[in-house]
Amino acid sequence: MENPENVIEVRNLQIDFHTYAGEVKAIRDVSFDLRKGETLAIVGESGSGKSVTTRSLMGLLAPNAVIKGGSIMFHGDDIIKKSEKEMQHIRGKDIAMIFQDPMTSLDPTMRIGMQIAEPLMKHKGLKKKEAISQALEMLKLVGITDPEARLNDYPYQFSGGMRQRIVIAIALVCYPEVLIADEPTTALDVTIQAQILDLMKDLQNRIDTSIIFITHDLGVVAGMADRVAVMYAGKIVEYGTVDEIFFNPQHPYTWGLLNSMPTLNTAGGSLRAIPGTPPDLLDPPVGDAFAARSDYAMKIDTEKEPPFFKVSDTHYAATWLLHPDAPKVTPPAEIVRRQKKFAEMQRPEPPIKNTTKE
Amino acid sequence: MPEERKKILEVHHLKQYFNVGKRDEVRAVDDVSFDIYEGETFGLVGESGSGKTTAGRAIIHLYEPTDGEIIFDGKDVSKLHTKAEKHEFRREMQMIFQDPYASLNPRMKVKDIVAEGIDIHGLAKDDADRTKQVEDLLETVGLNKDHSSRYPHEFSGGQRQRIGIARALAVEPKFIIADEPISALDVSIQAQVVNLMKELQVKQNLTYLFIAHDLSMVKYISDRIGVMHYGKILEIGPADEVYTHPLHAYTKSLISAVPVPDPEFERNRKQVPYDESREKDDKKRRMVEIAPGHFVRASEDEVPMYTQRAIDAGLVTEFSE
Repeated sequence: MENPENVIEVRNLQIDFHTYAGEVKAIRDVSFDLRKGETLAIVGESGSGKSVTTRSLMGLLAPNAVIKGGSIMFHGDDIIKKSEKEMQHIRGKDIAMIFQDPMTSLDPTMRIGMQIAEPLMKHKGLKKKEAISQALEMLKLVGITDPEARLNDYPYQFSGGMRQRIVIAIALVCYPEVLIADEPTTALDVTIQAQILDLMKDLQNRIDTSIIFITHDLGVVAGMADRVAVMYAGKIVEYGTVDEIFFNPQHPYTWGLLNSMPTLNTAGGSLRAIPGTPPDLLDPPVGDAFAARSDYAMKIDTEKEPPFFKVSDTHYAATWLLHPDAPKVTPPAEIVRRQKKFAEMQRPEPPIKNTTKE
Repeated sequence: MPEERKKILEVHHLKQYFNVGKRDEVRAVDDVSFDIYEGETFGLVGESGSGKTTAGRAIIHLYEPTDGEIIFDGKDVSKLHTKAEKHEFRREMQMIFQDPYASLNPRMKVKDIVAEGIDIHGLAKDDADRTKQVEDLLETVGLNKDHSSRYPHEFSGGQRQRIGIARALAVEPKFIIADEPISALDVSIQAQVVNLMKELQVKQNLTYLFIAHDLSMVKYISDRIGVMHYGKILEIGPADEVYTHPLHAYTKSLISAVPVPDPEFERNRKQVPYDESREKDDKKRRMVEIAPGHFVRASEDEVPMYTQRAIDAGLVTEFSE
C-alpha cells in the first residue's frame, strides 16, 4: 500500500471484453484510492465502466472479460492475482456488495432470515441458531418492523424498499471493510431512497466501512460522497472532493452532467442536454473521448489524450483546457454560478469583530 | 387558472379496483378527479404503488374502470360503442412507455414498429407514402431515415425511447400519456428526450399526461401537477406553486426527499417525515380549492388549517371562504 490511509488502491486497471464484434475496451487505465471510512462516489453514464470497475474489485467479472493490466491492492495483496477460492473468503466478508435491483439480488426460494444468516455461517463459522439471532439484530438495525415475524418470510412478501434493506443487512452482517453499492437506490422511490441513504450513512458510522457508491444520480452523490470520481468512456476524467466536483468542476463532461439536470429551482426553457451518445468502446476515439460531444473541444483533443492536470492537492482533471497554453474559456452559466459559490466558500471567514460588551 | 381554456380530459371520481369483492381487493385508484387542459402538461407524481400508472392505463382504457367517468374531448370514453368511435379514441390518445427495451417488439423493424398505427388506422395512401411518413417521423424525433430498416436491439436506450415517441406520434394524436418515459435513461439522455417532448408539444399542439416519480423532472416539464398517494390525489396545483409552497403534508415530505445536486444543500437537508395514519381516520375528505387553482384533499375541519398555510405562503391574501 502506498498510503496507510488507503483500504484499496487501484492502479492502471485495464479491462477488455471479448465479443463477437471484437475487443471492447471497457476500462482504459483507471487508477483510484479508497480511504478508510470514506464514501467515494463513481459517477458516469451507462457504459462508462463504473460497474465493471467495481465488479473487478469483487472478482465478479463476466467470463469474457480480460484484465489486460494494472493492479488492485487490498490488504497488501493484489486481488487480480487471487484464485476464485481465495476470493470467496474475501467476498461478502471483507468486501461486500449491494446491487441495483433488490428484486433480483435475493434468492426467491429462501427465507430472508436464512439469507442474512448465511454469510455468518459461511465466513464466521457460526451455528445456525446463533447466526439467525444475529440476523434478527441486523433486521432491527436496518429498520424492518416486526423483525421476529418477518424472519421467516420470503422476498416476494416485501416491498422494494424493504427488500433493499434486507440486501443491505446481508451485505453488512459480517461488518465488511469495504461496501460497494452499485446504484443501490435507483429502483426505489425518493422517500424510500432518502431512508435507505440515511440508513447507509448511519451504518457506515457504526461499523466504519468504506463505501464505493456507484450512481448516475448527482443529487444522491451530493448527499452521500466525501470524494467523487467522474467516469467517461472507460476512464476517470475528473476526481476531487464532493465540493470541488460540484462547485469547481473543470472537465467539460462534468460541466455537461451538472448542466443537464433540472434542479427544483430550474425555471422553464430547455434543459442543456449533452448532444450525441457516448463513443463505441470497440474502437475508442483518439485523444479526449468526450471531444466529439463537447462544445469546448480543441484540435489537440482529437489528437492526444489529456493527462491529469492538478487543480488542488485533492482535485485532478484530465482535460487540455487546464494546460497553461490553453485558451481561457467560459463554462456554461450554471457552472459559473457554482464556481462563484466555490470562491465564496474558499474565502476565509471574516474575523469576528468583538462588538458585544461583557 | 385560465378557466376559458378547453378541457381536453376530465376525470370524474375514477375508481379502479382489482379483485373486486374478494379478500385481496386492491383499490389502486380510489376516487380520483382531475381535468387536463388542451396544450398543457399535467404531471402525475407519486411513489410506486400510489396508483399513478393504473390511473394512466384506466384513462387510455387499457382497463375497464370500476367506477367513474372519463371524458375525453367531450365524449365519455366508457360509452364509445361503435368500432369507429373506439378507433378514433385510440388514434387520438397514445402512450409512451417507461421501458424502451420491453415496449418495442424485438422482431420488428423500426419502420414497421413506427408504421403499425399508420397501418391500423389506414393513414397512408400507399407504400411510398407510408415510407415517407415513417422517415419524416424518425427525423422529427432526431433519428435518421437509415435507421428505419434496423431492429430495436441496434439502438441505445435513448434512441429506443425516440422510436417509441415516433410510434406514438405516427397517428397524429392529440393527447399522449407518458408513463415514466425517461426513468430508464441516463441523465444526459434524459434531458435530450425531455427537450424533444417539449419541442413536439409546441409544434404539434400536444397535451401530455406525464407520469413520473422523478419530481425535479416532473416539475420542470409540467404546467400543473397532481400528487398521488395510496390511490388518491392529495394535492393539485400549478407546478411551481406545488413545489415551492406545498400545502399537504405528504407533498412536503415528498419534496423534502428529492436529492439536489448541491453538496451544501444536502448537508443541511432536513427531511420532513410523513405520518400515513393521518389519512386513515375515516373522515370524509374531498378536494378543496385552497388557493386559486390549488386543490388539497381535506376534511371540513382541516380547511382552515390549509387556508392558513396558503395565507402564510402568500398564495391567498384574505380569507375568502
